[in-house]
Amino acid sequence: MLLIHCPYCEEDRSELEFRWGGEAHIARPENIAAISDEEFTEFFFLRNNEKGLTYERWRHIHGCGRFFNAARDTVSDKFLLTYKADLPKQPIAAVEEALAAAQDKVVETWEQTEGDAR
Amino acid sequence: MRKYSVFAIAREAMRAHKGWEQQWTSPEPRSSYDVIIVGAGGHGLGAAYYLAKEHGITNIAVIEKGWLGGGNTGRNTTIIRSNYLYEESMDIYEHSLKLWEGLSQDLNYNVMYSPRGVMMLSHNTHDMQSFKRHINANRLYGIDNEWLTPEQAKAFVPVLDIAKTARYPINGAALQRRGGTARHDAVAWGYARAASDRGVHIIQNCEVTGIRRGPNGEVQGVETSKGFIGAKKIGVSAAGHSSVVMEMAGVRVPLHSNPLQALVSEPLKPIFPCVVMSNTVHAYISQSDKGELVIGAGTDQYNSYSQTGGLQIITHTLDAICELFPIFRRVKMMRQWGGITDNTPDRSPIQGVTPVPGLFVNCGWGTGGFKATPGSANLFAHLIAKGEPHKLAAGLNLDRFRTGRLIDEAAAAAVAH
Repeated sequence: MLLIHCPYCEEDRSELEFRWGGEAHIARPENIAAISDEEFTEFFFLRNNEKGLTYERWRHIHGCGRFFNAARDTVSDKFLLTYKADLPKQPIAAVEEALAAAQDKVVETWEQTEGDAR
Repeated sequence: MRKYSVFAIAREAMRAHKGWEQQWTSPEPRSSYDVIIVGAGGHGLGAAYYLAKEHGITNIAVIEKGWLGGGNTGRNTTIIRSNYLYEESMDIYEHSLKLWEGLSQDLNYNVMYSPRGVMMLSHNTHDMQSFKRHINANRLYGIDNEWLTPEQAKAFVPVLDIAKTARYPINGAALQRRGGTARHDAVAWGYARAASDRGVHIIQNCEVTGIRRGPNGEVQGVETSKGFIGAKKIGVSAAGHSSVVMEMAGVRVPLHSNPLQALVSEPLKPIFPCVVMSNTVHAYISQSDKGELVIGAGTDQYNSYSQTGGLQIITHTLDAICELFPIFRRVKMMRQWGGITDNTPDRSPIQGVTPVPGLFVNCGWGTGGFKATPGSANLFAHLIAKGEPHKLAAGLNLDRFRTGRLIDEAAAAAVAH
């Protein structure tokens, strides 16, 4: 199970509280009735499905209820960065910086707080 | 290739089993082939076999990143059925089921196809209406499927709890008696042996890293970890990695790759006579010939290539199994694993031509590709040989996401399959 940081609640919570929301930063065409079938296919069905770094939306459905964006590695499933929904796509450098910072941070797992460490 | 038979066993018994041949060869790749198939799972190896057997094309390489049958072919829960709702689905899955019935003889390899029956439990009025609609559609199309009362279901599977007070009460079930299971590894090995015998090269531990294209956009071959290999026709049958391989040719496909988990219990004496699926509480279970209970769980909600999956997914399934079959509550689970499934928006597969000349795709089988192995392989071979789809697979084209002619099994089943 994933441990996900909600950028609105500013807490690490279990995946059970969240709903995956598909690829991030896809803008609905403003002239949706006028676009061609190919453009509609692109907007509606085609997704990157990357092996590696992916940008995706999540919703804290059993928490604050808000959508936010995340950068995640689909091979290790590790979250590199989560950020608020109104922010633009974060450049890879920012993602790597956040990852480096996260490595120093103590995650509140059972082992850290209740188990052997304590 | 020496045929397997009772006489072969007797002959080998007399000389200490020293005369068995290797089942397939592992040649170094040639510089070019007529056809390259990417992915040596059941679908890819089967397509090579049918190309050689039915279309006279034997200069074929099947290129595999890992080992033969080590992806979803070796990770699924081996369920076979054809009781789908839409004609496009019924066509291909029934074609497949008919091939399953004669596959062991065709390949001279025991794939242990066992038509022990697939029962789908109904828990509420919606289930009942939906299953009866499936049964009527199937029977009108010549596919067996029948409705059972809870008592009849219990007679078929004595360990089923049909009490009205159960956590998940049962108000009936749909049963396809010709459905069942087969030995998944034997399917890959059987196709590999039969294809290798007809001259097909199976190249394992060779990763495709690129698809080379000519001035007019047509395919010229693949770049691999063993160098460039030329081909005028390439068939991609790469399951969970289909998006990655198709991207090498610049083709985007509407797929999500999700982990799907399965697990097996400690071996038990024979207790479970068929396959039982419950879409509503999401659990499916059968017993292997070794005696293990084989249990399938759901997919994780997010895209991933990790071949693992969340623990909450399998505990959710086991909760349901324990409620439906209280006798299994103290059974220990032995092993758990995950595979990467490639899911389409309508939960129906994609098999057809692509915008790139010479490139054919067979993907999107999602959580239910094993049952389709012979049928899909057979029709994929037709597609590659003729350059256009067989009429049974015509509706599965990639273009349906532009035309809107979706085959919405996602809405029909309301669950992974």
